[in-house]
Amino acid sequence: MKGLGLIGKKIGMTRFMDQRGMFIPVTLIKLGPNYVVDVKTVEKNGYEAVTMGFEIGKEKSLNKPQLGVLKKANVPAVRYLREFRFPGIASKFTVGQEVSVTDVFEENELVDVIGVSKGRGFSGAMKRWNFGGGPQSHGSRGWHRRVGAIGNRTYPGEVKPGKRMAGHWGDQKVTVRNLKVVKIIPEQNIIAVKGSVPGSKNGVVFVRKAYGLGPQERSE
Amino acid sequence: MDIIRRIEQTMMREDLPQVNVGDTVRVKWQFGEKDRSGEEKARVQAFEGIVIAKKGSGINETLVVRKMSSGVGVEKAFPLHSPNLVGLEVIVRGKVRRAKLYYLREKRHLVVKKKSRF
Repeated sequence: MKGLGLIGKKIGMTRFMDQRGMFIPVTLIKLGPNYVVDVKTVEKNGYEAVTMGFEIGKEKSLNKPQLGVLKKANVPAVRYLREFRFPGIASKFTVGQEVSVTDVFEENELVDVIGVSKGRGFSGAMKRWNFGGGPQSHGSRGWHRRVGAIGNRTYPGEVKPGKRMAGHWGDQKVTVRNLKVVKIIPEQNIIAVKGSVPGSKNGVVFVRKAYGLGPQERSE
Repeated sequence: MDIIRRIEQTMMREDLPQVNVGDTVRVKWQFGEKDRSGEEKARVQAFEGIVIAKKGSGINETLVVRKMSSGVGVEKAFPLHSPNLVGLEVIVRGKVRRAKLYYLREKRHLVVKKKSRF
């Protein structure tokens, strides 16, 4: 079932070793337990989706409408919600159900991980886009970390949209596709995916079964 | 961090002897290789020398072993918890006063004081 996923928290990175003694870089993600807050169906909502909730927080930090939704689903006060939308998903879950990692993921399958990248603030073109900057010496005065030229002359007479310049970098939603699940530790609801994952430690990430290579696969 | 350590621990080897910097050790390392017919074959090679450094922690710990091979210094780093490490024995316990014995690289002959039994 593609598109099916869980909410989790990035724990951090380490290395695993395979039978041949090769190191595999992995990111550990604490996934769940998740709670099914809502199941959306074609008849009721026009599309099929499952709303998952993750991490039990304080009741007082939620407002009444939020609590009401959770009460109705008979779910504890979860801090994070997300909808996982895919055709055929709705029949698999019931509202109020507790979902653990093993219910959704298997070892060796591919997943997509969605997270918010580390915020780097307002960064110059050298840091943000790996521009070369200017010379540090040889008579260079005040031209060390600049962007350089940003356009031509009368023609085209404009700076092309999308020109790479200094600006805010990071703190953006980033999706990393097709990461392999190396290991699942069911007792602790932890999965290890090969490679890195956006965001800082303890950052919230969404992990879903990989859609596949292209958009045509998505519509099954 | 704690969770990572605990997960690493489940994959670490416990059958290894305590090795300290300055010890003379014999490491048996297994190389997986393919022979002409394409079959997987394992070959074990022994490497004997002085541990001049221990690096990393947890599952990433490595031993740097140095020996003199026909007058040429050879150093190898072995990941301690690798399944390719098929044997590790301490031949002589050394007595040293620092954690990294990089000064041995400047010497023609590797000499480390033996640890006295008394």
